[in-house]
Amino acid sequence: MSTLAEMWPFLRAGFTNTLVLLALSLVLSTILGTVLASMRVSPVLPLRAFGTSYVNIFRNTPLVVMFILIVEGFPPVDIRPNIEAIGLNTFETLAVFALTIYTAAFVCEALRSGVNTVDPGQAEAARAVGMTFTQTLSVIVLPQAFRAVIPPLASVYIALTKNTSVAAAFGVVEATAQLSRMNEQTVAGTGVLFFGIAAGYVVIVWVISGIAAFLERQVATAR
Amino acid sequence: MTEAALVPKSAEGGDSALVVLDGVNKWFGDLHVLQNINLTISRGEVAVVIGPSGGGKSTFCRTINRLEPIDQGEIRLDGKPLPAEGKGLARLRADVGMVFQAFNLFAHKTVLQNVTLGPIKVRGKREQDASERAQQLLDRVGVADQAHKYPAQLSGGQQQRVAIARALAMEPKVMLFDEPTSALDPEMIKEVLDVMVDLAKGGMTMVVVTHEMGFARTAANRVLFMADGQIVEEATPNEFFTNPKSDRAKDFLGKILKH
Repeated sequence: MSTLAEMWPFLRAGFTNTLVLLALSLVLSTILGTVLASMRVSPVLPLRAFGTSYVNIFRNTPLVVMFILIVEGFPPVDIRPNIEAIGLNTFETLAVFALTIYTAAFVCEALRSGVNTVDPGQAEAARAVGMTFTQTLSVIVLPQAFRAVIPPLASVYIALTKNTSVAAAFGVVEATAQLSRMNEQTVAGTGVLFFGIAAGYVVIVWVISGIAAFLERQVATAR
Repeated sequence: MTEAALVPKSAEGGDSALVVLDGVNKWFGDLHVLQNINLTISRGEVAVVIGPSGGGKSTFCRTINRLEPIDQGEIRLDGKPLPAEGKGLARLRADVGMVFQAFNLFAHKTVLQNVTLGPIKVRGKREQDASERAQQLLDRVGVADQAHKYPAQLSGGQQQRVAIARALAMEPKVMLFDEPTSALDPEMIKEVLDVMVDLAKGGMTMVVVTHEMGFARTAANRVLFMADGQIVEEATPNEFFTNPKSDRAKDFLGKILKH
């Protein structure tokens, strides 16, 4: 146990970074994913086409490739200097970028599957009352899609939690990076280390599942 | 209601034509569902559309507020052609009430919210004003005591009456009814038809797709018989039911009036 106690500062520092990566990319990918899902169900063809292309490109690209393009630099669009100029940690910001762009495609599809569960009559009635597309979607369709969206969205966020570990390979010292660092520095206790790190991920995933289960019960009683 | 009711009841305000369909054509793939429809519905008129299934009745009804786009021709509401999409179309739809076969009440909103949502979101009314008006309308259709329930807690007949109140809350120029009683148990049909007869007597312009011949007889000014995508026959209810002209109508009436 003494090993775990000694490692605690490192673990804490690592998981703080993991949580920051997770929180930022979760919020941003949810916003971007919602915009994309709205595009995919919109009556405007160019928007639908854009949404579809986005999903097809970024859902099919391995996350590591996304990281390489964004963190290591993609010569035609090198955005790194600007980020340093406004005083952000380059690697972390770029990691959030990569995770957001990648995860948004999955959020979009989870939301769209939810929209498809809502009876088309609901949207028709909203249009017949005179609501615009945006009102129909935000007031009538998305609130009803929400209940169907919770389980697949929880899976997307759990995958995102574990995907934050990819950032370890690109200079962000989050939990998994701490594991490999300490693994190199300490002689004994690799097993303990491993379980410490694994337990941390388990706790995060457990919290996400708990929130999802809670929300499911809430919306189940709401009508 | 007597035969004299063929004359529109409230022809105030200049031009009496409220809904005009001008050479309307629509295809679903190879199927020519609406074939050169020309029709004028006057202010205060109650037009009942009857005919065999698959004859284009519902499609016809849904083109009037452009829930179904048309391929050819023009539809004018109160003199203005229907816009193709966007805000203009939304504004126009606000003036056209629609009642669906499957009610389509907003499932996640209470009965009261179902009625106030349109006035608040589309007309920009204050919540309190909208609620007061909604209570009056719910009272008028006889479901005032259900205001705070969710649609799923109501019977089909009650839901459809709420749907009528929801449409009325927008103060529409014309009301479209797309088989409003077809999903209801027989005992609930009457309560919905009573509300509709009441509306008709109050001078509302109505287009009603229905299989209720009793309603057509009592409330309609005009019967439109539709089959195979065409308006085959137009007549007063009395004329149509006692002396149909076309073979298609005779055949249809022979089948449905036998029992």
